[in-house]
Amino acid sequence: MPDPSPALLCAGVSYRYGDHLALDEVDLRVERGEIFGLLGPNGAGKTTTIRIANTLLPLQEGRIDVLGFDVSRAKMAVRRRIGYVPQQLSIEAALTGRQNVSWFARLFDVPRGRRAEQVADALELMGLTESADRLASTYSGGMVRRLELAQALVNRPELLVLDEPTVGLDPVARDGVWQRVAELRDTTGMSVLLTTHYMEEADLLCDRIALLHLGRVETVGSPGELKRALGHDATLEDVFRHHTGNELDDQGEARPTIRSIRSTRRTAGRVG
Amino acid sequence: MASAPIALAEPSIWRQFPNRVVTFCLVELQKLSHDRTEAFTRAVQPVLWIVIFGETFNRLHAIPTSGVPYLDFLAPGIIAQSSMFVAIFYGIQIIWERDAGMLTKLLVTPTPRAALIIGKGFAAGIRSMIQVVVVLVVSAILGVALTLNPLRVLGACVFVLMGAAFFACLSMTIAGVVLKRDRLMGIGQMITMPLFFASNALYPIAVMPAWLKAVSLVNPLTYEVDALRGLLIGTPSHLPLDFAVLIVAVVAGIATASSLIGRLAR
Repeated sequence: MPDPSPALLCAGVSYRYGDHLALDEVDLRVERGEIFGLLGPNGAGKTTTIRIANTLLPLQEGRIDVLGFDVSRAKMAVRRRIGYVPQQLSIEAALTGRQNVSWFARLFDVPRGRRAEQVADALELMGLTESADRLASTYSGGMVRRLELAQALVNRPELLVLDEPTVGLDPVARDGVWQRVAELRDTTGMSVLLTTHYMEEADLLCDRIALLHLGRVETVGSPGELKRALGHDATLEDVFRHHTGNELDDQGEARPTIRSIRSTRRTAGRVG
Repeated sequence: MASAPIALAEPSIWRQFPNRVVTFCLVELQKLSHDRTEAFTRAVQPVLWIVIFGETFNRLHAIPTSGVPYLDFLAPGIIAQSSMFVAIFYGIQIIWERDAGMLTKLLVTPTPRAALIIGKGFAAGIRSMIQVVVVLVVSAILGVALTLNPLRVLGACVFVLMGAAFFACLSMTIAGVVLKRDRLMGIGQMITMPLFFASNALYPIAVMPAWLKAVSLVNPLTYEVDALRGLLIGTPSHLPLDFAVLIVAVVAGIATASSLIGRLAR
């Protein structure tokens, strides 16, 4: 019998950074096996939601269950079952690709007898078998991101959490990453929770989308449903503009803050 | 890859801690194996201390060392000092890892924060072993009467590991308070030399003014040097006290750094 608990359940989640209300009674439900996108301008609360769900931030108000586990009471059980790729490119450049993945296999307590196999599987799934024994410092930006995905997959998680996984990548590398994520869901049935600024990609990849604005969920639905609700020829970008008050810039991205510009530049700088 | 997710076994906390320490030490060794130049660059400073400072003061006979040649007296102090210099900048590494997103990834693994700190602390100790080897080899070449007893050398390595773990924890604690690399660089530079001078690494405590003597007695570097001198040179030392002080310092350092590391992830 399939597990009835959803991949992610947020109920009345609020979060404050000092006086600033970052999340305001957020309710979300991500079903098992779906690719769910969190969209919204900078400061909408996407990363805060992800950081509470993956136990990096403490839950202040409301309830979040990940795969049936309460994040405030069963942190280790949650961490053991998720894979996480942060916004920045975060590999250890002084190690080879295989050593990077093996490191995380150890941190996830993958048993010694299965470790080499799971590391090889994760590298193969991301198309990195040939370059696995090269230093990660020699990888291109797209390869680095795929290596991070391999690290996140080595424990065979039930929920993959991706925070802006294609920021700073060129279009070809972006396509490569999205293709791998889609294949992964199709082959493993894994749930994927992601944030992105790229509307076209969210439209193509996500089964459902939640649009956040100023810490509140403005709307939730499949890309098709959201577009139809606005008009027969509406795009996801139009949906974004409608719900967030035209907060897209000319490049189709939400208006950035100084902090996000720095983060993006740092990531772009590291990928070359 | 298997098509279905696998429910992973949950090892006991008693297995998790040593597992994490071994993992972080292994990663440190792997990094070192890919960048051998670091072994040479890090060796320069302790070699200069031994060869230039040590040789010169050996001739001067300016520092009373109870009949022990000054070079012999100095060598254990330089081992402790150089490993402290390696460890004290581990906080910068953790801030760099925060900025690069690596720290958040590590904190999302099923690794207790204390295990992460212990792992990083002992990884600093592993990196410090290069200094131990370099100073021992250079000292032997210069005729320092080092012990040939492998157990004593092993004991010295244990004290270096503990000392490095403490100073790495101190550095990560400061990182958790200041949160910025530039600030930590300044504080690191501000505290390393006073810690070095306010210890028995260069001269015996007996020749210090009273106020400096008081500072040196609360400085864990003093106890590390005392133990290293006793083990490597055979001078009278207080090994049980040295061990106890360093254990307490390491435990306190781990507890403090663990409680602050979460600040870096927010």
